[in-house]
Amino acid sequence: MAEGIKDKVAIIGMGCTKFGELWDKSAEDLIVEAFKEAIEDAGIERKDIQAAWLGSHLDDISLGRGVLMFSTTLKLPFIPVTRTENFCATGTEALRGACYAVASGAYDVVLALGVEKLKDIGYAGLRESGNLNMEGTLGRFTSPNRTAPGAYAMMATAYFAKYGLAPEEGKRTLAKISSKSHHNGTLNPKAHLRREVSVEEIMNAPIIAWPLGLYDCCGVSDGAAAAILTRADLAKRFRPDPVYIKAAQIAATSGEELLYTEYDYAHVETTYRAGLAAYREAGINNPRQELSLMETHDCFSINELTQYEDLGISPRGKAKEDVDAGFFNLDGPLPNQADGGLKCFGHPIGASGLRMAYEIYKQVQGKAGPRQIKNPKLGLTHNMGGTPPSSVVAVCILGV
Amino acid sequence: MVGITSYGLHIPRYRMSRKTISAAMGWLSAATLPGEKAVANYDEDTVTMAVAAGMDCLRGLQRENVNGLYFATTTSPYLERQGAGIIATALDLGANVRIADFAHSTKAGTTALIAACEAISSGGAGCVLLCASDCRLGKAGSVQEQAYGDAAAAVLLGKDKVIATLEACYSVSYDFIGTWRAAGENFERSLEDRFIQDEGYNKFIPEAISALLKKCALSIKDFAKVIYPCIHPRAHAALARRLGLEPAQIQDPLFTSVGDTGVVSPLLMLLAALEEAKAGDKLLVASYGNGGDALFFQVTDEITRITNRSKIKRSLDLKKELTSYEKYVSFRNVLPIEKGMRGEEYESYFTPIMRQWRERRAILALCGSRCRRCGTPQYPPQRVCVKPHCGAIDEMEPYRFSDKRGRLFTYTVDNLAYSPSPPQIYGVIDFEGGGRYWFDLTDCDPDSLKTGMLVEMTFRRKYVDRGRGIHTYFWKAIPARV
Repeated sequence: MAEGIKDKVAIIGMGCTKFGELWDKSAEDLIVEAFKEAIEDAGIERKDIQAAWLGSHLDDISLGRGVLMFSTTLKLPFIPVTRTENFCATGTEALRGACYAVASGAYDVVLALGVEKLKDIGYAGLRESGNLNMEGTLGRFTSPNRTAPGAYAMMATAYFAKYGLAPEEGKRTLAKISSKSHHNGTLNPKAHLRREVSVEEIMNAPIIAWPLGLYDCCGVSDGAAAAILTRADLAKRFRPDPVYIKAAQIAATSGEELLYTEYDYAHVETTYRAGLAAYREAGINNPRQELSLMETHDCFSINELTQYEDLGISPRGKAKEDVDAGFFNLDGPLPNQADGGLKCFGHPIGASGLRMAYEIYKQVQGKAGPRQIKNPKLGLTHNMGGTPPSSVVAVCILGV
Repeated sequence: MVGITSYGLHIPRYRMSRKTISAAMGWLSAATLPGEKAVANYDEDTVTMAVAAGMDCLRGLQRENVNGLYFATTTSPYLERQGAGIIATALDLGANVRIADFAHSTKAGTTALIAACEAISSGGAGCVLLCASDCRLGKAGSVQEQAYGDAAAAVLLGKDKVIATLEACYSVSYDFIGTWRAAGENFERSLEDRFIQDEGYNKFIPEAISALLKKCALSIKDFAKVIYPCIHPRAHAALARRLGLEPAQIQDPLFTSVGDTGVVSPLLMLLAALEEAKAGDKLLVASYGNGGDALFFQVTDEITRITNRSKIKRSLDLKKELTSYEKYVSFRNVLPIEKGMRGEEYESYFTPIMRQWRERRAILALCGSRCRRCGTPQYPPQRVCVKPHCGAIDEMEPYRFSDKRGRLFTYTVDNLAYSPSPPQIYGVIDFEGGGRYWFDLTDCDPDSLKTGMLVEMTFRRKYVDRGRGIHTYFWKAIPARV
């Protein structure tokens, strides 16, 4: 059994831009902004960075392919630079690559940075070509003409059917999830969407893909986030309160969810598997009790609902009860999306995984401002790429 | 004797009242024809309708026996790329079939039928599938726009278990310019209807029929039904009088229910006649277009073997009224609609044509694989078995899903995805016998969908990549019809 990554690597600096429809900013601007905050936070200089990882999903509207515009933008001095891409889990892939490089002893100080300039797509929602590529070139012919909300809406349809929820009842539960995140978003000056939205408003919003409405879908945003990592034993030379990586796991589909008839489409198998692996790596036995906060991939409200079950927080089919009880609210026992989540902080794809880590990092350091939760020790990030039946999920656990 | 051994048809689900056309275009042209016409859905064309008719015809039959595929149409989506080739691939007929397109005249359907029978008689072929399909366009406000309907018919021709033998035929051919469409044009042109009827329709059909009767030493009274297309209801009725037909002998041309379906008309009417026929009946079929063919069919005792003899009625009953003329002209790409940047990108994004070539059986025939070790069917075809704990490598055999039914496991109605006829509907299908994949749904209303409902597969146009001139096709799910 491999010994894993626990407590070998620490985050000593982070940066995150405001997310939103940033018409006046390019991907290069966002990179510089996140980078600047991160190195200032770490108290290092640009020349201290020995290797860098870039997370960027779409190449034709952000930075182009590869890493050249990234290294050029930051004038990285001929160091190793790697680009990662794994759909919406891209940001965590950059963090994971940097983390493993430090753990291997190859480098002492590295940068992980994620960026996306989604609003340069030119139309609402995600890029069409992102969908068309998801099943390779064969999918251009065989895959239904679907969108992200549609692929997740099918999980709501299946979940409602499996657990006997009437559409009205199911939608109300989902609405509570989104309403909670909207409330948290109002407390976050960097969030894309900063407005309270009531459960009734959410339930009556226009349908995007039945049964999901407008407020069941997260923000489509521009933004960047960055982390500076070092060896755990060096971390306190940089700052007194580094945040340690307890687990960094990722699980990709085996193909059986979409192609074999066992998958119920009412959960996400990769979330379940990555969660198990992360808990094992971090030595967590009871996540419901041991975790202080979570930042899960709430691209769509139904995804957040099923995550509670897949991540072992709520029993199968019972997440609704925890949602109804406010278990995941900012003042609840296990706050989720304290920063607004993808729902309201926004979802610049390549940056999202790092943005989640940013919130855990700030919360654990007690620097989360008006949304600060009490004395958090251990936080979980859950970053998902693809669609429920064909996905890749990264789960990280960070803490003191 | 050689003749028809099986038949199938496809009438699109949408029907449009001709009053709907008049209401939209009456300001231009006062003419109103009676009844309604069949209208192909936005994702249908002559190739997809031909495949649907072919699937209907081959249901329950061994496809390995089919060694010829003829496609008759005047409205093939391609000028160079054989429609029969797409259809034969979609029907999974294999490479060793002889294929041919019969085109450019509304009599091409009967000409193809005669050619197929002669190929079989000569020993050149054992069994030929003929698919006829048309989807003709008239200009907005034209008589053709009102008259033309969309449909497809298929007949399987062979020597064994023939339900109607082709006893004799006679053809007349003229370079008659009544209606025409030059290369590069979308819409038909037409000369004065008096000229067409007096010099063409009323002459060619009687000429071919008379010669056939003389050749066979028969009288028109010997025939249970006389079948000839309708270019206009009054002209059709007048020709019946000219031919001396009793009312019971006149086969309904389906003009008020389906429309003038071009190459399909005489064949579709023949199928309708076969559904009512009894052993021993004689049927006379004539086509029209640059001359005409006349064919004499003798119905055999085998007709009683055909248990499913209400296809026409069922297809006519399975309909949804298209109340929007604007939707009709948008479906036919006559009226350019706003697709949004998303739609533009969807249609113009790269089409990997080489991949389609390599995996044509997977894409066009919906052929997946079945693991020889564990028996699990899977789509798309896999080399490593997807069943957990099996994982056998390269132990697959081909497995066709196009003729399997399935259950709608989950679905959504998507208002964001681009569709020429929103909303876009899709879902996950679990096939009877195993296998799962997700598919677009078509020919259905959102409110009619339920998880667990029975669906079947239909061949449809996926999108047209206009930048590269590529019509791409794939299979979609529709609520099960049978």
